[in-house]
Amino acid sequence: MSDNNAVLTVKNIRVDYVGQETVHAVDDVSLLIRRGEVLGLAGESGCGKSTLAYGINQLLKAPAAIIGGEVVFHDKSGSDIDVLGLAGKQLQRYRWDKVSMVFQGSMNSLNPVITVGAQINDVFRTHRPQMSKAERLTRSAELLELVSVDPNRLHSFAHELSGGMRQRVMIAMALALDPQLMIMDEPTTALDVVVQRDILAEIMRLRSELGFAVIFITHDLPLLLEISDRIAIMRAGKILETASAEDIFFAAKDPYTRKLLNSFPSLTGERGDFIRNGIALEEEAV
Amino acid sequence: MQFLRKIGFYVVALWAAVTLNFVIPRLLPGSPVDTLIGKLSQQGPVAPGMRKALEALFGTNTNEPLWQQYLDYLNGLVHGNFGISVTYFPTPVVDVIGQAIPWTLGLVGLSTIFAAVLGIALGTFAGWKRGTWVDSLIPATTLLQSVPYFWLALILLYFLASMAGWFPLNGGYDVNTVSPGFTPDFIGSVLYYGALPALTIVISSIGGWLLGMRNMMVSTLSDDYVTTAEAKGLSPMRVMITYAARNAVLPSVTGFAISLGFVVAGSIVTEKVFSYPGIGNAMLDAVSNNDYALMQGLFLVITVAVLAANLIVDIFYGFIDPRTRARG
Amino acid sequence: MSELLLESSTISVHDSTDGPRKSIRRYLSPKLVVGATIVIVTVLFGVIVPFFAQDPTAVSNIGLAPPSAEHLFGTTQTGQDVFAQLAYGTRGSLLIGILVGALVLVLSAFFGIVGSFVGGFLDEAFSLISNVMLIIPGLPLMIVIGTYAPQKSVFLVAFVLAFTGWAAGARVLRGQTLSLRNRDYVLAARVSGEKTWRIICVEILPNLLPVMSSGFVFSIIFAILGEAGLSFIGIGSTGSLTWGTMLANAQNGQALLLGGWWWFAPPGLFIAVFGCGLALINFSIDEVIDPRLRAPRVKKLQRKTS
Repeated sequence: MSDNNAVLTVKNIRVDYVGQETVHAVDDVSLLIRRGEVLGLAGESGCGKSTLAYGINQLLKAPAAIIGGEVVFHDKSGSDIDVLGLAGKQLQRYRWDKVSMVFQGSMNSLNPVITVGAQINDVFRTHRPQMSKAERLTRSAELLELVSVDPNRLHSFAHELSGGMRQRVMIAMALALDPQLMIMDEPTTALDVVVQRDILAEIMRLRSELGFAVIFITHDLPLLLEISDRIAIMRAGKILETASAEDIFFAAKDPYTRKLLNSFPSLTGERGDFIRNGIALEEEAV
Repeated sequence: MQFLRKIGFYVVALWAAVTLNFVIPRLLPGSPVDTLIGKLSQQGPVAPGMRKALEALFGTNTNEPLWQQYLDYLNGLVHGNFGISVTYFPTPVVDVIGQAIPWTLGLVGLSTIFAAVLGIALGTFAGWKRGTWVDSLIPATTLLQSVPYFWLALILLYFLASMAGWFPLNGGYDVNTVSPGFTPDFIGSVLYYGALPALTIVISSIGGWLLGMRNMMVSTLSDDYVTTAEAKGLSPMRVMITYAARNAVLPSVTGFAISLGFVVAGSIVTEKVFSYPGIGNAMLDAVSNNDYALMQGLFLVITVAVLAANLIVDIFYGFIDPRTRARG
Repeated sequence: MSELLLESSTISVHDSTDGPRKSIRRYLSPKLVVGATIVIVTVLFGVIVPFFAQDPTAVSNIGLAPPSAEHLFGTTQTGQDVFAQLAYGTRGSLLIGILVGALVLVLSAFFGIVGSFVGGFLDEAFSLISNVMLIIPGLPLMIVIGTYAPQKSVFLVAFVLAFTGWAAGARVLRGQTLSLRNRDYVLAARVSGEKTWRIICVEILPNLLPVMSSGFVFSIIFAILGEAGLSFIGIGSTGSLTWGTMLANAQNGQALLLGGWWWFAPPGLFIAVFGCGLALINFSIDEVIDPRLRAPRVKKLQRKTS
């Protein structure tokens, strides 16, 4: 199931949380992300979407473990990389350069004791050792401007920035090496709606400028309907359905998908009936 | 504003210590001078000047009210008048203290800093990589922490100095062959004589640093910014040090200030065991000679030193944790 | 397109059995078992053995004699039975440990919890007192106090130790109480008009139990070591028998230099081992408070390639 336009292929991934009982957090998931597309990953809390995101990047820690499947990254140079087989220096080089991440709730995602600029600098020193100090500084300032943050903020500490600013800094940092794919795990959930709007607009603008693909993980399905090219619905570790945004909205096949769509209140009050009145689910085109 | 509050606190603490020093002898029943003369006469005839000296010390030769005596006492302190030492009669207390301080600062100061640095480094490593050889050190250092300083010191003294003869038995330097001065001979002798006491201090205190840092590392490693750092593809060394350890070490720095009390206690006893010519030894000499002037003077000096060290650590902490600079 | 596929296979997973007893067993880490055993054995030694042992103060003219059938741990310089002294000494040390532990518990709870819960000026005052007591070095203060009291009973020594040692616990409890008092259930209790002392006892104290037990155990260690130190210096309790006074007597009797290791080593060892046992118990309490500290129980899974 390869597609010449794919940037990442995930095949039959299985992740378990091993403890007194084994929990199958991700149960045989396969996905394909094409170059430059926005793939939304939607589902309720606990369905395994974050686990999937972490797993793809080998960021899972005990007691979680990947027990099966493969992840293949299709570099734009033409070569393929077996992500789960990477280790050590190879893994370090791959990370952030090809695939970067924006984490949930950047409250704690930035190191509190070093400046924001130092953290962006880190990325360059590790991945682009040939850059001079001046070049790094210029590039860091450019990145902040790219996300509409004052470049003087390079000298600030995390606690001196507002929530929205911190998230913008995280995005800037994620763009530093011009990645081909960005995985965003609930990047706007912790922000108020106005800031949410701004950040999303920023992300979409950057994407059309720079051409990276996005896996956008959230529980907010209506949000995905607006920004995604394709959407995958996840539940209890399994992908129920993957289709284009229009198809999901107008002609969702899976009953759970329809339930999810209906559970978000609309201005006119028609949707949301499910929550309020618990009516039986029927075929319903909007 | 924050800084002023801090200084204010230290001033209050100093005042409390000074006042305690004044109050305690007077709290006990009977005149302190009589009690002390009573004690001394049990050991033999009391020198005629003793009663006068003690009365001068305690201010009981006047019939002034207590608060006036207190003010006189404070006045005396400010002018550096700590009285005359009985043990080293007729040397003034300030001189005795002045001679002893460098030895203690050197031994205790250096050993404690060394133990802290080594302990924190090992703790970082132990927290970062669970299940390495460093983990096996933990039960050993825990045991060592529960050992009384002086017991350990005596054991070391017995085996390494008395039996094996690797180290000298007591003293700060070889009084027979070298004399004080900045000569290589003297310095070498000092180091040689200081090695065993230093070893005692390091061995018994390193456990605390190790464990504290290790636990904090474990806690920090589950923080989000560490995951971010890993996702950025930074080298493990950089993640461990700049992201994890840099944050995990903060409570240890705070703890350093608190542990100074224990450091003083341990050093007093260690100095006695090794007959090291520092402040601790002087204090104990004062106790056994009922040299109250010297004892009170030493108490004050030790307290001031601890307060000063605490203040320094406090200020230092403000530098390494940018979040504290934001408030106030 | 180069094939970089690896065969994946499932790996055996370590599954523990279910059952209600599992929750208790979860807490029985090796540390706790070893620590508790040490403590229990020592306490039993101190409580039971004195009934069988010889009179620890009976002098004889054997002098400094090595262990023998009659004197299991040899004798002191004045021919006293070391084994008996150890047994009675255990009682003395344990007594001081518990006394100080209890005193420190009460003092630190009072200054730490009450002040920070009530807030305002009381909080500032109590906090200031705690910090000042914390910063003034303990042993020199103990020396100053101890020197002026000619006859020192065990209770006075315990008091002096508690007086200099309560502040650390108070500070920790204050920090915890401050974070607890803003929790929803506490705020609900206050709003509904529950009396302050009742809120403290019912809502706050139970949550502080792990920290307080840890502090209690630590005070015992602190007390035993502190008493040993004081005795060694010469200002310990007069006339009573503890591990500390044994060590002091051994030192004064030149035990090491005369080769009488059986007199000198056991008291110190008892202190060290007992202290270690208490420390282990404390670690287990720490692991209850912060589960991340527990050793990973799960074998790491590996991807096998066939």
